[in-house]
Amino acid sequence: MDLRYLRRRTVNIVNLTGSLLATGFGLIWLFWILWTTLSYGVAAFDWNLFHLDTPAPGATGGLANAIVGSLIMVGLATVIGTPVGILAGTYLAEYGGRSWVAGTIRFINDILLSAPSIIIGLFVYEMVVIHMGHFSALAGAIALAIIMLPVVIRTTEEMLRLVPNPLREAALALGAPRWKMISLVAYRAALSGILTGVLLAVARIAGETAPLLFTALSNQFWSTDLLQPMANLPVVIFQFAMSPYPEWHTLAWAGSLLITLSVLALSILARTLLRKARLEH
Amino acid sequence: MNIAHSHISDAISGRQRLMDRFFQALTTGSAWLVLVILGGIIVSLFAGGWQALVAFGPGFLVNDDWNPVTEQFGALVPIYGTLVSSLIALLIAVPISFGIAVFLTEVAPGWMRRPIGTAVELLAAIPSIIYGMWGLFVFAPVLSNHVQPWLQAQFGDSALVGALFQGAPLGIGMLPAGIILGIMIIPFITALMRDVFLTTPKFLKESAYGVGATQWEVIWNVVLPYTRVGAVGGIFLGLGRALGETMAVTFVIGNTHRLSASLFEPGNSIASTLANEFNEAVGDMHTSALIALGLVLFMITFIVLALAKLLLLGLESRDSAKS
Repeated sequence: MDLRYLRRRTVNIVNLTGSLLATGFGLIWLFWILWTTLSYGVAAFDWNLFHLDTPAPGATGGLANAIVGSLIMVGLATVIGTPVGILAGTYLAEYGGRSWVAGTIRFINDILLSAPSIIIGLFVYEMVVIHMGHFSALAGAIALAIIMLPVVIRTTEEMLRLVPNPLREAALALGAPRWKMISLVAYRAALSGILTGVLLAVARIAGETAPLLFTALSNQFWSTDLLQPMANLPVVIFQFAMSPYPEWHTLAWAGSLLITLSVLALSILARTLLRKARLEH
Repeated sequence: MNIAHSHISDAISGRQRLMDRFFQALTTGSAWLVLVILGGIIVSLFAGGWQALVAFGPGFLVNDDWNPVTEQFGALVPIYGTLVSSLIALLIAVPISFGIAVFLTEVAPGWMRRPIGTAVELLAAIPSIIYGMWGLFVFAPVLSNHVQPWLQAQFGDSALVGALFQGAPLGIGMLPAGIILGIMIIPFITALMRDVFLTTPKFLKESAYGVGATQWEVIWNVVLPYTRVGAVGGIFLGLGRALGETMAVTFVIGNTHRLSASLFEPGNSIASTLANEFNEAVGDMHTSALIALGLVLFMITFIVLALAKLLLLGLESRDSAKS
């Protein structure tokens, strides 16, 4: 009897210690990867990054065209993806309810949320690039917008559902039409949550590489023409890291640091806001 | 109410009704866009891959010859690479994620849960290209200098698993790709497992504690059976992520179209084949075969993710039926 008790105690302690070790194992990688990016990235950092364009092998250069290109494409994708995502999320939360159409859209949206981003790249290649005849920043932005869409839809719906129904009923009882109730009451109550969704979506697309390979490609030179291939940080990092030139590797590390820092800052900001938004309700 | 007044209010409510209808149509249209995108993906992949699908038929899936020069294309090597690397990823990520989820829900003191939970989630925020660079420049040398020689010494002569660990320890190949994929999907599986573990009713756990169960016995015999469906759903979701992951794998898998039993040998996955060859594809047949590969990948991930979603939905409806 005593022995059995001892065995159960031991199993308990061993397994719970195991869970502690698993947590340590999971976190080591985060710190290792962050440390790598920081140490290589900081070493590669200098002001040329921000005012010189990507160099030919052997020349000095920076990442100015890639930084601007990334900003343009992510910005354009956000401008396209945000309104559509918010409207679709509004349908699911306010109109769709438990209907089978809303259920199907929700189901498919959740699948697209985790679908391989490289497939979205192929899709936009088939739909846009082939018809235009060449790669373009516009195609890149469309691909990124499609990737951010499911994130925005899902958070918008979730946040609108947190808005208490009596608020809606009060507005309707005062004679407000439904669209006014939604845009003036529901949106306002869910605003910070919806914005968080947009931030999370921007963080998600800021580092996306695969879909840009087949859409925006890259450009060695400065270009802000939306209808031409445009340099962008992820693809430049990919091309430079896979190259045999050490000075290109250095630039790739500098680019990695820029992307990692901005993505982490965005996600931490979004998470803080999200926690606040949830606590408000 | 006089007549003039009711006319005005009629006019207002008429306009409002129009606005209402317009707004509803706008939101409905945006929501349908999700289905349109799904349809568009399927149609465009079929259209783009049609030439290859017709030329090679079902044999496309089982042929291991991928040769742009002779225009012979079979998808076996990339499909095998995708499945094997994802399998390695699951072998690593499932026990670790289970451990972290147990730690976060049952073991850690309250003040520790949030920071650790956030840190694990940040692992998911790091762009995959960063994993790739780290994998190629930092992790691969460690693997080839220390881990792989050790594995070879331990298991290389074993009749059972020795074949898995043959070849030069390059730090590049199926094993490194699988390990990095495993690290990448830990946060997804952990988050879902933690969330479903938290749905276990308190009274169930407390009844078990009441009859003298240890903490581990409660986890293993109460929490896990109660949330099994959801936990499996989380694993499928992680698998879906691993199957389609592109950049991290492209850096370390080796990009070689060769079938090999050894996990040390370079291979290829569907996503990394696409990332490497699509822009340099020579001829229509090569492009078409690559898009057909994309179709295969999309179908596999769609099925896996749909299963994950169905399992999680099942858990949700059970919980709402009980409460």
